[in-house]
Amino acid sequence: MNSAIRRLAVAAIILMLALMANSTYLQAFRAGELNGRNDNRRVRDDQFSVNRGPILIGSTPIAQSKPSDDRFEFQRSYPSGPVFAPVTGYYSYLYGRSAIELTQNSQLNGSDPSMVFRRVVDVVTDRRQQGASVSLTLNAAAQQAAYKGLAGKKGAVVAIEPKTGKVLALVSRPSYDPNELAGHDLTKVSAAWKRLTEDPDKPMSNRAIKELYPPGSTFKLVTSAAALSSGKYTPETKVHSPAELPLPQTTVPLVNENGRNCGGSDNATLTVALRNSCNTAFGTIGLDLGPDALREQAEKFGFGERQLPELGAVASQFPTDPNQPQTAQSAIGQFDVRATPLQMAMVAAGIANQGDVMKPYLVQSVRTADLKTVSETKPESLHQAITPEVASQLTAMMVDVVENGTGKPGRIDGVQVAGKTGTAQTSKEKPPFAWFTSFAPANDPKVAVAVMIEDANVARDDISGGALAAPIAKSVMEAVLGQ
Amino acid sequence: MSIASTSVIQIIPRSRRGVELMLLLIAIGVSVGAYVNIGITVQDKVPASTGYYAAGIGLLAFIAHMALRYRAPYADPVILPCAVLLNGLGVAMIHRVDLGLAIAAEARGATPRAPAAPQQITWTAVGIVLFLVVILVIRDHRRLQALTYTAGLAGLVLLILPLVPGLGADINGAKIWVRLLGMSFQPGEFAKLCLVVFFAGYLVVKRDVLTLAGHRFLGLDLPRARDLGPILIAWGVSLGVLVFEKDLGSSLLFFGLFLFLLYVATERAGWLLIGFLLFAGGAWFAYGTFGHVHKRVEDWLNPFNEQGVGQVANALMGQAWGGVLGRGLGQGRPELLGFYGQSDFIISSFGEELGLTGLIAIILVYTLLVERGLRTALGCRDIFGKLLATGLAMSFALQVFVIVGGVTGLIPLTGLATPFMALGGTSLVANWAIVALLLRISDQARRPQTPAAPVSDETIAMAVQKQ
Repeated sequence: MNSAIRRLAVAAIILMLALMANSTYLQAFRAGELNGRNDNRRVRDDQFSVNRGPILIGSTPIAQSKPSDDRFEFQRSYPSGPVFAPVTGYYSYLYGRSAIELTQNSQLNGSDPSMVFRRVVDVVTDRRQQGASVSLTLNAAAQQAAYKGLAGKKGAVVAIEPKTGKVLALVSRPSYDPNELAGHDLTKVSAAWKRLTEDPDKPMSNRAIKELYPPGSTFKLVTSAAALSSGKYTPETKVHSPAELPLPQTTVPLVNENGRNCGGSDNATLTVALRNSCNTAFGTIGLDLGPDALREQAEKFGFGERQLPELGAVASQFPTDPNQPQTAQSAIGQFDVRATPLQMAMVAAGIANQGDVMKPYLVQSVRTADLKTVSETKPESLHQAITPEVASQLTAMMVDVVENGTGKPGRIDGVQVAGKTGTAQTSKEKPPFAWFTSFAPANDPKVAVAVMIEDANVARDDISGGALAAPIAKSVMEAVLGQ
Repeated sequence: MSIASTSVIQIIPRSRRGVELMLLLIAIGVSVGAYVNIGITVQDKVPASTGYYAAGIGLLAFIAHMALRYRAPYADPVILPCAVLLNGLGVAMIHRVDLGLAIAAEARGATPRAPAAPQQITWTAVGIVLFLVVILVIRDHRRLQALTYTAGLAGLVLLILPLVPGLGADINGAKIWVRLLGMSFQPGEFAKLCLVVFFAGYLVVKRDVLTLAGHRFLGLDLPRARDLGPILIAWGVSLGVLVFEKDLGSSLLFFGLFLFLLYVATERAGWLLIGFLLFAGGAWFAYGTFGHVHKRVEDWLNPFNEQGVGQVANALMGQAWGGVLGRGLGQGRPELLGFYGQSDFIISSFGEELGLTGLIAIILVYTLLVERGLRTALGCRDIFGKLLATGLAMSFALQVFVIVGGVTGLIPLTGLATPFMALGGTSLVANWAIVALLLRISDQARRPQTPAAPVSDETIAMAVQKQ
């Protein structure tokens, strides 16, 4: 009998070991997965009660946590909420997080592995966990200028420092107030959420990076870059530029917006073609170079890649296999060419930085509550899109656009501005998009900017588009240059 | 071949009551420490009820200890401290969840429920009283053998009681409660005790017949077909409990205990095989036939289903939240499990606040309790005592495995009480009776054998039977 009892004793131990093994699997190995679940109230409540670090521009917080006396110990607040909403995002108990609040979450709440030592110290000294602060590259004046410029419009502005890739301004309007979503009165929060998500103007969509638009004539910069880089063209090369360019395989010709030839010539130079934004000239170049050369050039500027991981921008697109008329349309930024305002700012920034496109970034540094640096972002080159020679040729052509062509509204007294206008349309019924992309000063660029205005209620020509978008770009550039 | 030489291991007789006292002091210290810790973290002060709690647990443990000193001086010194520790920690955690529920109710603007911890302390006192009764009244466990069939009948009646109209109550889908005089009881907890007595007494008599081999199959001696009666009846009763009372846990517990004792009595592994096949068949049948069993299995396989966060999922997230070291007492969210955080899911509350480390420590205390019980069985000099001790010890093992396994997602969840810890009077009281019986048997097993002592009638009868 005793041998049977002994076997049962062993069996009992095996049962208990199975319990311990299973608990070990659950609590040591599966814990991460379970703690990462959206429906995990423990984690959500806990993080909502953490003294979350601020999001800073310089030393000014644009998102901060202050003690609150309700069931969550801290209240997140956003001074000038709508101005910075596309960057900070929101932090809501019911609806989670977005933008910087989302991507920098582990830094802001102090749970990032890089802060593990600090957390141990906090536990030992019985101090409350405090999140790190995230400093952004934004220029507050430029951001405010862009926000003001877009008042009453639907659109976006992105400004970049060409030499580093620092994002100086990133605005989308109409915007929303993240304070409404961060509140602790959950009934109000859900009402605000409902209102914001059902608003037909989509105030929570980030037009600067998450939406794709036909770039229109601003894409002619890319086509020009491809032309100059091919070696077959110089700024003085004469290009076939009639009022109407008949296209192969179709009866629909490519036309100039004003219905005339290019600057009074059927064979204008590349410089003149860009100055007057002649569709037929760039259609001719597009047909000459072919879609692959255009796509390659576009990709060197950043098309086809998701940029700015801090906010998760979508990738801009150049059509995969266009036929000849589609290629001609693509060369002027129509057909299926789609770009974010961020991408068009990168094109200008790349040209400004001697062809070297820098990786755009928003997070300058992360510091713990006692100001120890956790991480610091260093500028990084994305691609050498064009040679410095081609870049200086293009710069001269863009200066000419602002001084003598469609971009006149972008001029700044005493500063040489290089720019390009654009209007683009998706269909005949919808109002076109107005674009302006530029950088300044042309000889030593400090800022590159792209402005896009959705549903611009203007005539379908570049002069009107420039007139609408360029003043906004101008005020942003002035803000950066301190004028 | 004498029974003494094959079935009894020699233990040098020492009373070890001093050791027990030391261990008890540690157990009480840990429990009171947990209680105070909870007060400090949740309410920022040493709780006013600490004195009541410490005096209650301490006094009760001391009374039990003194009873052993006088009436069972050779009893196992580890079993009582294990039980006191589990009981004490259980009350502390019940108190912790009380506080959490009160805070949550306040936040909702609702009136908090009456705290459950004082109630549990009262039940502990009742349990200790029963413990004393068992130790003082039952001077020799072999007397229980005379009650074999009485115990069997009592066990069956207790099992059926919840089904009596007007008496039984349906709580959380299981019909295992009886409402009497405004209080709820789970008669199944005492049925367990009665049935183990019955199984042991019955098998002492029938073991020889059941040991006879029938066919040999795959290296196992299978019993004769005509001897299958008892196991089929046990199986049928278990299935009946499952079908009519919808109590998966008790059903499994009763059948498992019978099977284990049958195996120990006959030493025929063939019984285990037959039992396992019967169990598998029954489980498969229940899974296919009964909605509540089906749902339990589904919840186990896929705790995170589209119906939102259920109990099991909630418990799993609580334990994950605790991680390896735990949130610390008073710093988790066990109240998110509601009332279950102090009853069926109390183990999950421990996992959350004490972490994997604390959970393993608790499982080890249970293991110790079980193994000391089985050790008692090994040392016991009579067959009835051996079977009884094995049954009682294994009832803890099975119960802990089934409920902890269910809460931690190892097996489908079945409602069994976590011994000594979970909120619930009947279970607590019954468990104290079980521990008292185990201690009584161990006293006999470890007592110095005086050669001159008269040999009891049963032993002679058995020796005769053996020859």
